[in-house]
Amino acid sequence: MNPSYRNDPARLAGLVQAGRVHRDAYISSEVFDLEMERLWSRSWLFVGHADLVPNPGDYWRSNLAGQSVFMLRQADGSIAVFMNRCAHKGAELVLDTQGNMGKLIRCPYHAWNYRLDGSLMSLPLKNDYEGSGVWESPAGQGLSRPGGVREYRGLVFARLAEQGEDFESYFGEVLTILDLIADRSPEGQLELTGRPLLSEIRCNWKMYLENINDSVHPISAHESAANAAKAVAARLDEGRDKELAMEQLLPFGASYSFYTKMGAKVMANGHSIHGTRFSLHSSYAAIDGYEAMLRAAHGDARAEEVLSFTPQNTILYPSLAVKANPSVMRVLRPVAADRMVLEVWALAPKGAPDVLRRQAVNYSRLVFSPLSVVAHDDLRLFESAQEGLHAQGNEWISLHRGLRQESSPSLPHEVEDGNDELLMRNQFRAWAKGMAPAGEQA
Amino acid sequence: MTATLKDELIVAVYREARLLDEGRFDEWREQLTADAHYWIPADPADTDPLRQPALLYEDRLLLDVRIERFADPHSHSLKPRVRCLHVLQQPEVLTLNEAEGQGEVEVRYVYLETQGDRQLVLGAVARQRWQRQASAWRLQQKRVDLLNVDAPLPMIQLLP
Repeated sequence: MNPSYRNDPARLAGLVQAGRVHRDAYISSEVFDLEMERLWSRSWLFVGHADLVPNPGDYWRSNLAGQSVFMLRQADGSIAVFMNRCAHKGAELVLDTQGNMGKLIRCPYHAWNYRLDGSLMSLPLKNDYEGSGVWESPAGQGLSRPGGVREYRGLVFARLAEQGEDFESYFGEVLTILDLIADRSPEGQLELTGRPLLSEIRCNWKMYLENINDSVHPISAHESAANAAKAVAARLDEGRDKELAMEQLLPFGASYSFYTKMGAKVMANGHSIHGTRFSLHSSYAAIDGYEAMLRAAHGDARAEEVLSFTPQNTILYPSLAVKANPSVMRVLRPVAADRMVLEVWALAPKGAPDVLRRQAVNYSRLVFSPLSVVAHDDLRLFESAQEGLHAQGNEWISLHRGLRQESSPSLPHEVEDGNDELLMRNQFRAWAKGMAPAGEQA
Repeated sequence: MTATLKDELIVAVYREARLLDEGRFDEWREQLTADAHYWIPADPADTDPLRQPALLYEDRLLLDVRIERFADPHSHSLKPRVRCLHVLQQPEVLTLNEAEGQGEVEVRYVYLETQGDRQLVLGAVARQRWQRQASAWRLQQKRVDLLNVDAPLPMIQLLP
């Protein structure tokens, strides 16, 4: 009886209106399926860090838009990404999370063998296939690949769709933030500190992503964590409130006006920088010798830029959010309309003082772990909103804050007020474009 | 018959879990040494909680923040109430140095955490280092390796 969004593009487009979004964008499984098939398949998504596959034959298994993939270091040093299914009967070629497959990709089910470049090399009982047509069928063509793969500053991205925007034009200016993060290392490279922290969150992925740009929630949502940190800090001896943990926890009590002044920038395709003037991360203590190290490596101008520009969050829509200082990445992996997995990666600038590594490790644990007292209030509220949206009466969520005449400013656009919901409206502008039926993405 | 130090250590291990289960956090704090650490690694192979991301690594300061927050009326995540149960196997004393008043214990257990209609079940192995202070055993370090640490975990709000 439910009318179909797939067959009614106008109804689908109507989910996003000036200052509001219909709840079906968050709770409908049909909309979720269309998101994966259209928006997520057409977008450049984060696959993994190049350090996960240092040597030829090394693989890392990942998930793009709900589909199993793996990245594989090639003999020539480049990184390829393949859909994780055998051309024969669909068995996954990579069962473990990470490993080395040697010189060939061997399907564990019927021993079809592929070269590292994905081409079919050999299969058992080859003579039985004579005249069968298998070589002309997709089964004979080797492994399927995403439409595009690109490594940028050690981060590997892929676009599933065959056709679509190229990497540079899709991300545009927001790539400068990845440069900024990498240049926090005197060598211009980040290294992994360990495995990602994984959370299962029972909410729609957009709720999580919007919240990354939501500076109005901390004062009420994180009140308990901020109060507790403040109360404990007040009992400490002088100087101990400068400890790393307190330095990272106490700013959660910042006021609305702090965030208003923080500023933001929105870009085409949903990307954004939150905290263009300063952020909660701006006031961390200077690190001995670090500034001199960066000046020597990158020159004065770049070193000053890198040290002074530490936005709160930068979103590379729709799958990745990054912080420069501490260098932490959050990756969204949608599972269903009401479920997602969050990957949190702590990164260390190579060649920089070890304290930067410890800051990233500490922050990822303190703020993003499934045991974090900061994250708990967020997650509980996201999960409750996922429930609450089913209530009758009002079928819309409001994104009106700051909405005046500029419903669609020309992009990129500097946002004066860091609390403006224009950041979320800009995500939905990209969403509406990405959700249009094939060939109609104006 | 006087209880031996080893017997007392095993009693202390059971009591530590019971204090968490019953939400007696002030008493739980009192049985920690001043330099105590609670550590839940993200990978069983991890060796350095300051340089590798962990699910939890807290000293007295951070444990104080955690416990302080439990009592805050604005702790949204704790509504409805959250309760836990550690179902312990017999603790195994790995080392006991009576002269120095130090002991190491390994204990395997099932951890249950419940909120409303949800119940989370985790298997865990804890390695604990205890220190004898003022005629009582005090917990100096507790490392908890969760069995399903490879999985994305839902929020865990009390201390497994």
